Amino acid sequence: MEGLLDLLGLAKSAELLSLSPPGWGMNLLRGLGKSLQIAFGAFGFGLVIGLFGAYGKLYGGPVIRDLLAIYTTVVRAVPELVLILILYFVGTDLINQASEALGYGRVEISGVAAGIWVLGVVQGAYSTEVLRGAILAVPQGQIEAARAFGMPPVMLMRRVTIPAMLSFALPGLANLWLIATKDTALLAVVGFSELTLETRQAASSTRAYFTFFLAAGALYLMVTLMSSALFQLLERRARRGQPSLKGAGR
Amino acid sequence: MTATQELTPAAGAASDLAGTLLIEDLHKSFGDLEVLKGVSLTANRGDVIAIIGGSGSGKSTMLRCINFLETPSSGRIVIGGEEIRMRADGTAADRKQLERVRTRLAMVFQSFNLWTHRTLLENVIEVPVHVLKVPRAQAIEKARALLARVGLAEKEDTYPLFLSGGQQQRAAIARALAVDPAVMLFDEPTSALDPELVGEVLGVMRDLAAEGRTMLVVTHEMNFAREVADHVVYLYQGRIEEQGPPDQIFGNPQSERLKQFLKSIN
Repeated sequence: MEGLLDLLGLAKSAELLSLSPPGWGMNLLRGLGKSLQIAFGAFGFGLVIGLFGAYGKLYGGPVIRDLLAIYTTVVRAVPELVLILILYFVGTDLINQASEALGYGRVEISGVAAGIWVLGVVQGAYSTEVLRGAILAVPQGQIEAARAFGMPPVMLMRRVTIPAMLSFALPGLANLWLIATKDTALLAVVGFSELTLETRQAASSTRAYFTFFLAAGALYLMVTLMSSALFQLLERRARRGQPSLKGAGR
Repeated sequence: MTATQELTPAAGAASDLAGTLLIEDLHKSFGDLEVLKGVSLTANRGDVIAIIGGSGSGKSTMLRCINFLETPSSGRIVIGGEEIRMRADGTAADRKQLERVRTRLAMVFQSFNLWTHRTLLENVIEVPVHVLKVPRAQAIEKARALLARVGLAEKEDTYPLFLSGGQQQRAAIARALAVDPAVMLFDEPTSALDPELVGEVLGVMRDLAAEGRTMLVVTHEMNFAREVADHVVYLYQGRIEEQGPPDQIFGNPQSERLKQFLKSIN
């Protein structure tokens, strides 16, 4: 093994990436863990916003609809990096002001919580549109049947609309999840030590830029591959009641 | 039965009204277009009422107003002696009441509207288990019996879209029967079916009629209306143009429009 690495000239890289110090592998994995934690939280928070947003846009009154239209338009219009800077500094500032007004003094805001809040707000805007489209794609008759049998609105959403729209929503949601994993890299600008920032630190300390960024790229790729497999399973489950389209397009 | 009625007059009165339906002066407008211009109709328990009429006559709208899938513009709807409370604009005033009344009505749709992410068995137990809170095992047992009754015993684990239209519609009828409905509403149940599949669905409906269920059937199947219905209602442009027993409606129609209509479909 070591001979092979030597032969390929990779012995130095392997040493740098080793999990135990002086290797930087553990730092990268720790960064990856934080990235995933934020991506997962932001995706989930975004889904919650998206579900309310989609229902609000479809069934809400004019005021709610207008507010949601402003939200989705602004968030999707402003570059994410700018939004992250705005939301991060505005968010922390507001919390500090509130806390000072209540007499607690300045508080330290957890990077993970801030990251989830910032990316979640961004994800929520996209989720709103993905879920709105999926709800619209559910055959109206299935919702009507549930209403005709006396199903109350919340149960209808839980038992009929959400499971029926999943097959339409999952491809879009899979996209959003992958975007969330990569958007965590943008949090490096506010000094949050996720995978990208950890990588940069490792690279600049050792001058082995190529090695570390390639390793980080491989980690992101692995996350993507595993996510794709998982979403494929979920989609197959969500589409269980629908005949396969294979061969139908000919 | 008579004895209990004498002992408890209140319960007796309520059961007398079970399965009855009263529609009074029902109006419905879509914007400026008035689709129903004052329709009144009474169904006693066990009545099978066929509603016929040309396209745009308002027959489906009338049926959909009964369970408020369409909000009536004005009028009264009384089911089993209980009036659905309405606001001035016709919307249901009490959502809980409407939901409760809806569980006693069961609708069979033109396009079946089975829940495609659930198997036939899951479709049939859905409302009993989740809305009516019937114990699951009991609901399953009953659902199996109902599916067997409509000839789908072997298909309980199949998803609706893998079945023919006739099978889906029979499953939809089983789903409707699962709630023990007081009144069944059929909205053109055979219109979306291939001709060779119509018979199997009408056969099931014929059995239900023979059982003494109250049924309102919007239909284009004149033979079914003639043979099965107790009462036929002909709608024309949002009004009841003529109504009566099938022999009279089909054998001796009075109004010019009904004569025209019957001629046009034959």
